[in-house]
Amino acid sequence: MNRELTCIVCPMGCRLTVELNGKEVVSVSGNTCKRGEDYARSECTNPVRVITTTVRTKSGKILPVKTDKPVPKELMTECMRLINNLCPDCDGEIAMGKIICENILNTGANIIAAGK
Amino acid sequence: MYDAVVIGAGVVGGLIARKLTSCSQKVCIADKASDIAMGATKANSAIVHAGFDAKAGSLKAKLNKLGSDMMEKVCSELGVKYIRNGSLVLGYNDEDKKSLEAILENGKLNGIEGLKLIDAKELHDLEPNVSDDAIWALHAPTGAIVCPYELCEAAIGNAMDNGAQLELGFEVCEITNDESGYTIVAKDGRKLQAKIVINAAGAYSDEMAKLVGDNSFDVHPRKGEYILLDKEYGFVTKHTLFTVPTKMGKGILVSPTVDGNLILGPTAVDFDEKENKQTTREGINSVITESRRMVKNAPSNMAITSFCGLRSVGSTGDFIINSPQKGFINVAGIESPGLSASPAIAEYIAEMLKNDGFTLKPKADFNPVREATHKFSSLSDEEKNEIIKNDPSFGKIICRCENVTEGEILRAIRTNPKATTLDGVKRRTRAQMGRCQGGFCSPYITELLAKELGITMEEVTKSGKGSFILAGKTKGDLKDA
Amino acid sequence: MRNVDLVIIGGGPAGMCAAVSAYNAGAKDILVIERDSDLGGILRQCIHNGFGLHRFKEELTGPEYAYKCETELKKFPIDVWCNTIVTDISKDKIVTAMSSERGVEKIQAKAIILAMGCRERPRGALNIPGTRPAGIFSAGTAQKYVNMMGYMPGKNVVILGSGDIGLIMARRMTLEGAKVHAVCEVMPYSGGLARNIEQCLNDFDIPLYLSHTVTDIHGSDRIEAVTVSQVDEKMQPIKGTEMYIECDTLLLSVGLIPENELSKSAGLTLDSITRGCRVDQNRQTEIEGVFACGNVLHVHDLADFVSEEGEVAGESAAKYILGKANTEKCNINVSTDGKVRYSVPQKITDTTVDIKLYYRVSGVFDNVMVVAEADGEIIAKQKKAKVVPGEMQYIVIKKDTLKKDTKELKIRIDKA
Repeated sequence: MNRELTCIVCPMGCRLTVELNGKEVVSVSGNTCKRGEDYARSECTNPVRVITTTVRTKSGKILPVKTDKPVPKELMTECMRLINNLCPDCDGEIAMGKIICENILNTGANIIAAGK
Repeated sequence: MYDAVVIGAGVVGGLIARKLTSCSQKVCIADKASDIAMGATKANSAIVHAGFDAKAGSLKAKLNKLGSDMMEKVCSELGVKYIRNGSLVLGYNDEDKKSLEAILENGKLNGIEGLKLIDAKELHDLEPNVSDDAIWALHAPTGAIVCPYELCEAAIGNAMDNGAQLELGFEVCEITNDESGYTIVAKDGRKLQAKIVINAAGAYSDEMAKLVGDNSFDVHPRKGEYILLDKEYGFVTKHTLFTVPTKMGKGILVSPTVDGNLILGPTAVDFDEKENKQTTREGINSVITESRRMVKNAPSNMAITSFCGLRSVGSTGDFIINSPQKGFINVAGIESPGLSASPAIAEYIAEMLKNDGFTLKPKADFNPVREATHKFSSLSDEEKNEIIKNDPSFGKIICRCENVTEGEILRAIRTNPKATTLDGVKRRTRAQMGRCQGGFCSPYITELLAKELGITMEEVTKSGKGSFILAGKTKGDLKDA
Repeated sequence: MRNVDLVIIGGGPAGMCAAVSAYNAGAKDILVIERDSDLGGILRQCIHNGFGLHRFKEELTGPEYAYKCETELKKFPIDVWCNTIVTDISKDKIVTAMSSERGVEKIQAKAIILAMGCRERPRGALNIPGTRPAGIFSAGTAQKYVNMMGYMPGKNVVILGSGDIGLIMARRMTLEGAKVHAVCEVMPYSGGLARNIEQCLNDFDIPLYLSHTVTDIHGSDRIEAVTVSQVDEKMQPIKGTEMYIECDTLLLSVGLIPENELSKSAGLTLDSITRGCRVDQNRQTEIEGVFACGNVLHVHDLADFVSEEGEVAGESAAKYILGKANTEKCNINVSTDGKVRYSVPQKITDTTVDIKLYYRVSGVFDNVMVVAEADGEIIAKQKKAKVVPGEMQYIVIKKDTLKKDTKELKIRIDKA
């Protein structure tokens, strides 16, 4: 069985064709780089995404945050629910890169500040 | 007890209220909308007609001429932009030429000065962008342009600064009278008492008249769709260009605005619904097609907005200004040339009241002058610096398209007639009215309104009642639209 | 009047990168003027990731990318005025700036870099019929409300236009709890990047209607619904295809326009296609010593390319100030065939350097050869499996392949 994908790793957006045997990836074609192949394999077995959103700090400031590595796609909604309840106290400093929440939902990913 | 209550805070009601404030003690302006200038005043052609086409002998003809003569002085007192740019009525063939000659004769009867029939050469010397198909034109040098809601705001602001009251959201549902005067009741229970009631309720003036038992006329809305082009195209014509009028009105016009845009329109479609302000694909397309017949360079893809206005067309064909019972005056059917006639209508009403036995005495402390609210960007650097030193908010530009500063927006929120909505700020300051249509500045203005009015961001509206901007905070529950 | 060697107007990625590269190339007296309260430009509200893959070899959010540029800039003694708006530029390079702090001030510059970015097209430009209720936002305005101010414009959303900001906002609004009912695109293809259709729409089962547009807007106070219709090849709505979609919010992502009011005040004419200035390979405009870069010159899809263009302009401006600009000039006009919609630069004045010629196409073309032809002679070729209007491309013209007396360089698309 073949599966068609659009690679989301970079702006080129390569059209990937993945040859599947059940759930096992047999081959990937259409990619222009190694990352494309990795993406296709991950997407067919355990699709993951980086979440970017904001949190409201103690003082009410809106701070951009992101997961520092991709998390399983099916956990996105649950992650958002947790992130929305975060209220870090990082006012009056440049928070860029600071860990706001460790190991969210045991994914191994931290929520970090992605803005000042 | 008020001396007079004016129902309708449009440009006609506004100028009447200003006039009455100058010669009586207590005046109130009431309107059902959330802001002033919400009816025909906010969306029309913005032209001060020279007065050549209204039928000689009609009230329209008389008041248009008088109003056109008065307008420059009124605008200068009120700090309102006014440009006497002249008008041209275009003719494309011999038949049009005959019509133009007839209009010229009519104009002479109306006492309009300077009218002249000109040929193709003279026309294209005056306006090189006029279509080559136009071979004749009637030139009316006294035609002018003005911004109707700016004039309305200034008139009402000036009346209020001289003591007039403004009641908004006042939807009149009952008018009674006894020996002491009239009682006007709003849907929400508010009451106003007055010796004189001026019915300047525009599209609803027939309904107001019916509340006192006067069924002598009807008003129906005539829809007009307009397109406003980017300032880049303000150069296309200096004069206001018309085509030969039909029974539905003056036809499509192409005109510069006092703020430097180019306006195209209106269509003319009679309608039953008094609140139908939808633009239509057909309407917009017909404005584009018609205006392309008139000028060579009117690229419709440089539109920054299109909008629809409703003219209040009276059932008699003329302005309906009368007094069905003592102290109650109808000012109805004020379709074009209503804006042009408005200062004269105010004088006319004052005369009527005097003739009806009301005492109107000029008030000694009445100040007819209102400071211009639009002038900051035209000041010299030194003058600007002087203002910024006293008030740093004038150093911060909020609307980049129209160069409107925070200081000007705060002034619109703080001074008469106070802006309480995004559209209110827009009409008073021009912020959000430029080529990005508020894309950049509306979030800042929303913040300023919330702060100044002491309300939450979610409570700020575009134009009153349900027209909120935001549904709630992120990370939380959202309210329903 | 204050004198400054180089005034840069705009503190987004183009302006910041231009400042650093100008400093490194020898200009030491530099002033960056930014209208907002902080550097970063529109990147500050673009909290999604995907920035910086070319430039920093990592995937950054907009604010992270901006912060990297800002950190770099702050290593050098470069003046920055925030909360300051430039209200005028004259032909002889006098910049008028205004702020609450300094009032109105005139600055005589030796060189100016225009880096004002772009703005969104509003509803009016589309002439969409219907009422004019609250609840209609350009996607970028909604993005500012959501990402910077923490407010939601609504919870039932229709998006018109499939530009990247529209796609990004579809995901963003969905993550914040809104329901995005449809994204409509009048063209038969999307204006955004393929990856954004995948991760912003498909991930959330948001339907994308190609060749569809909003043909009516309903609701008097707040928007209540839109009518969406399919369009034919001439972009005219097809009767009978109307869909009535209830919503409380309509976002418009219908294109970006370079913000060139100041360029016009300086007397510069604009390219009718890019709607930015016409420039040479140094990003110098028709006025010597006035340069332009980033989205004010032509709308980019990647901040990386904006930065790169800022660097070109910055270095060139420094050379101009130091009197090191190449004076032995040629004048080669760059033209395109229509399938290639435009190119930047539009003019080449130096044949002794490699030139990266950016271009955008006007439709979707598969298996093509992009050809650069100098007075009839092919000097560069590039095979492409697919080119789309949403993705800017570039072709490199090697140094010395053009001759000094070359008149015209034509970029065209052939069948591969």
